Amino acid sequence: MNHDSYSDDYIREILNSVKTVAMVGASPQNVRPSYFVFKYLAERGYDMIPINPGQVGKSLVGKPFVASLREIDRPIDMIDVFRSAEFVMPIVDDALTLNPLPKVIWLQLGVRNDEAATKAEAAGIKVVMNRCPKIEYGRLSSEISWMGVNSRTLSSKRAPPPTMGMRLSLNRGSIGGGGTDAADRAAKNKNDIV
Amino acid sequence: MNDRIPGFATLAVHAGAQPDPTTGARATPIYQTTSFVFNDSDHAASLFGLQSFGNIYTRITNPTTSVLEERVAALEGGTAALATASGHAAQVVAFQQLLMPGDEFIASRKLYGGSINQFSHAFKSFGWNVVWADSDDIPSFERAVTPRTKAIFIESIANPGGSITDIEAIAAVARKAGVPLIVDNTLATPYLIRPIDHGADIVIHSLTKFLGGHGNSLGGIIVDAGTFDWSKDNKYPMLSEPRPEYHGIKLQETFGNFAFAIACRVLGLRDLGPALSPFNAFLILTGIETLPLRMQRHCENAKAVAEWLSAHEAVAEVNYSGLPSNRYHTLARKYAPKGAGAVFTFSLKGGYEAGVSLVSNLKLFSHLANVGDTRSLVIHPASTTHSQLDDDAKTRSGAGPDVVRLSIGIEDKEDLIADLEQALSA
Ligand SMILES: Cc1ncc(COP(=O)(O)O)c(C=O)c1O
Repeated sequence: MNHDSYSDDYIREILNSVKTVAMVGASPQNVRPSYFVFKYLAERGYDMIPINPGQVGKSLVGKPFVASLREIDRPIDMIDVFRSAEFVMPIVDDALTLNPLPKVIWLQLGVRNDEAATKAEAAGIKVVMNRCPKIEYGRLSSEISWMGVNSRTLSSKRAPPPTMGMRLSLNRGSIGGGGTDAADRAAKNKNDIV
Repeated sequence: MNDRIPGFATLAVHAGAQPDPTTGARATPIYQTTSFVFNDSDHAASLFGLQSFGNIYTRITNPTTSVLEERVAALEGGTAALATASGHAAQVVAFQQLLMPGDEFIASRKLYGGSINQFSHAFKSFGWNVVWADSDDIPSFERAVTPRTKAIFIESIANPGGSITDIEAIAAVARKAGVPLIVDNTLATPYLIRPIDHGADIVIHSLTKFLGGHGNSLGGIIVDAGTFDWSKDNKYPMLSEPRPEYHGIKLQETFGNFAFAIACRVLGLRDLGPALSPFNAFLILTGIETLPLRMQRHCENAKAVAEWLSAHEAVAEVNYSGLPSNRYHTLARKYAPKGAGAVFTFSLKGGYEAGVSLVSNLKLFSHLANVGDTRSLVIHPASTTHSQLDDDAKTRSGAGPDVVRLSIGIEDKEDLIADLEQALSA
């Protein structure tokens, strides 16, 4: 699987199908990106589980912190990883001990570990790297357009007014290109592009 | 659903817009309101903390303006955009995210006279120091780079001279220096040139010109290409460091490849205040829907007028890069194959006097200080837009005393030529 760019269909299918999301490295600090993403996905109806061994006994937006993936009492559809690249392999190893296996491992913006991705994919797990599920959800639903962001989608359909806790439709027509490619250009050596 | 890439004209009509969720209105409504109610105090806190998408106050975001922003971002191939009250406001907001007092940026000498003034005087008073380079001499940009350089600024098609800038060559200098390339794409519009495809990191427009296109609304916009890594050398603390304005958020870490547009919004627009009015956003948005059609006609008319002028005995020289004899013609064919724009200058054998008399004898062309209107416009830059520059700077920026600038509209070209003919022989 090529991880330099993802089709909107690939991302859309993942965000439409997963329900339970465990976030490894969730922070209780409300200015950290993990907090933003956790809260947003919870508002959009995902069953969110915060994982952070240092925070056990506390909770994040009303959801109790759990120490590790293995201590979760229900099947997990997706693991969203807020740890830097060197910590990803042990997380994948942990995930591979789960039964049932998670369907998706998602590495946050700026995090990429191709070796760990290959290992997860060999077990049939889908992998997304160097992307943010909040940004992708906001983009495909076009909710992110409030911020002047290019959603790279078009729709002539009337959407229901968004309310708190509502799942938004992600089934808009895709424009393709744009943001994902640009993210990769930024992540790679800038000298490559002319 | 396939990731089919729609064409430019489709994006010009549709990008960013959708039927209004509440009323079903198909045209983008004018949300002429200062503020937006919160669901509850938690929602308010999430919005103020940048945790949720949504509107607070029209100085920061507005639903009419955000359609315009997404549309221009889509047309330029950027990740996000931020609209401002004018093109000049866009420049202030963009530079504020990049420069600290004492820093430098390199700018082409071939710029709109107002930008030369803004950089030389207003920016200087902020401690932002411009270093000039010559877009016809690429090594002059390299020589201007110092450890304090934070950005390079050029116009894709320069106002008023109509010269075409070798964007890729200057982008290479910017990459080597590790600074973003900012391109003012006002005169080209994304229909003719998409600077991001040639290595620009930030694109700026005066929406006042061809994008709005009808001479009725001031506006500006900043487009983030999403290509620059702001955190690499800690040179851009507004983007890479925890922001005290937002309890320690790091913008690039949080917003990834549209962090620059977010910085312009939540640090620039929020704190400096030059927001676009929703009504202007609506008018400009309506203008953009016909941008491809108008630009085709602007370019066709401009070429016809330029050809006619260059054959006229009273004319000394026509500076239109769409003409094969022009020194920028090769660059024009590379960067703007669909047309060389509609703003160009020419000089008259009769010099300054002949220029002044031509302007006063024209009946269809309007004598005013704007470009990119449906109407054809004329001006004598040396006595108006560029009058604050000394003679040397006037000539270097393409506005010598004998130069007349035209902005060709979308009228019938025969009528424009007839008007020039009667004015030249009057
Ligand atoms: C190339 C260019 N850039 C910037 C501006 C400034 O834009 P505004 O007048 O919208 O502030 C102008 C205006 O003439 C222009 O022609």
